[in-house]
Amino acid sequence: MSNKNSKECNDMILCRIWQVLKKPSVTYSLGTLLVVGFISGVLFWGGFNTAMEMTNNEDFCISCHEMEDNVYQEYKQTIHYSNRTGVRATCPDCHVPKEWNHKVVRKIQASNELLHKALGTIDTREKFEGKRLQLASNVWKAMKKTDSRECRNCHNFEYMDFGEQGRRAVKAHSEGLDAGKTCIDCHKGIAHELPDMHDVDPGSSIGDI
Amino acid sequence: MKKITLIMALLLTAGMSMQAISDSVSSLRGGNDIDNDSTTTPAKKYNKDGEPIARDYVQQPPLIPHKITNYRINLKSNKCMSCHSWADYREAGATKISQTHFESRDKHVLANVSARRYFCTQCHVPQVDAKPLVENEFTPITAISGQQ
Repeated sequence: MSNKNSKECNDMILCRIWQVLKKPSVTYSLGTLLVVGFISGVLFWGGFNTAMEMTNNEDFCISCHEMEDNVYQEYKQTIHYSNRTGVRATCPDCHVPKEWNHKVVRKIQASNELLHKALGTIDTREKFEGKRLQLASNVWKAMKKTDSRECRNCHNFEYMDFGEQGRRAVKAHSEGLDAGKTCIDCHKGIAHELPDMHDVDPGSSIGDI
Repeated sequence: MKKITLIMALLLTAGMSMQAISDSVSSLRGGNDIDNDSTTTPAKKYNKDGEPIARDYVQQPPLIPHKITNYRINLKSNKCMSCHSWADYREAGATKISQTHFESRDKHVLANVSARRYFCTQCHVPQVDAKPLVENEFTPITAISGQQ
């Protein structure tokens, strides 16, 4: 079989590479292959994760002006940026899942964001405001679907001391827990400004005057 | 020559009276030298969460018995209304917004909160636990306080 293939392969370079790939031990010893394979595997895996983590910090997030001029400026006014204990939640803490598989899925989805960066879909404040309801709804929908997974990296109903909370918080949290609500159901617009909420919650916005 | 003497005399008088004024006026810094740090009173903290606060006089806008830090009120959203609106007050256990807030200034009843009543904190304010700056002997009328 292989002889027959080699004969057919005489003039074709791709075909010869295929031969090596198909039966490499003809050329290299099994030991060399294992050692080289192991080392290159470690390098590739480490490199891949390092590169992915480099896209997972605030500096990277706000390296495009869409993020820096809009959502980042708004976030700087909120408790997740500055608070009494000095604990800060940066962009990826809330917007990128911690678990590897969910993280990779989110990173692949982000390629769509690169496309829209290239298209200039939200490259002015006005365009961004125009799209804000749609963009915010996407995040709310994702948070709802995952039971606010990223919030729960730090906040957990079960770890909450209701005795330390205010009257209104105790009521809302204990009722929310019973009703199976998730964080984002109530806590919208805590780190960024809200879109026009008239269609989302007609009672809480004035709408058209 | 006479004129020049007159002008000089006027300037001298003006300069002296300016000096007198600047001696009697104290700046916002007080008598502090520019080298010394001025002292500030610590910022007051708003009362956390409490029961509704009784009113002291007729037509008083009810006071806000909780913190409202970072509550946004603008044309796009109104954080107060996410609990105090007629749609949400039952679930939130909040006081509902008065029907008087649904009227235009010509007394026309509207389908939503009137624009002139939309910005809650123009009238309703949260409280800090602070000592009164001056003595105050005001007491509410008995119809409000319920005390004889």
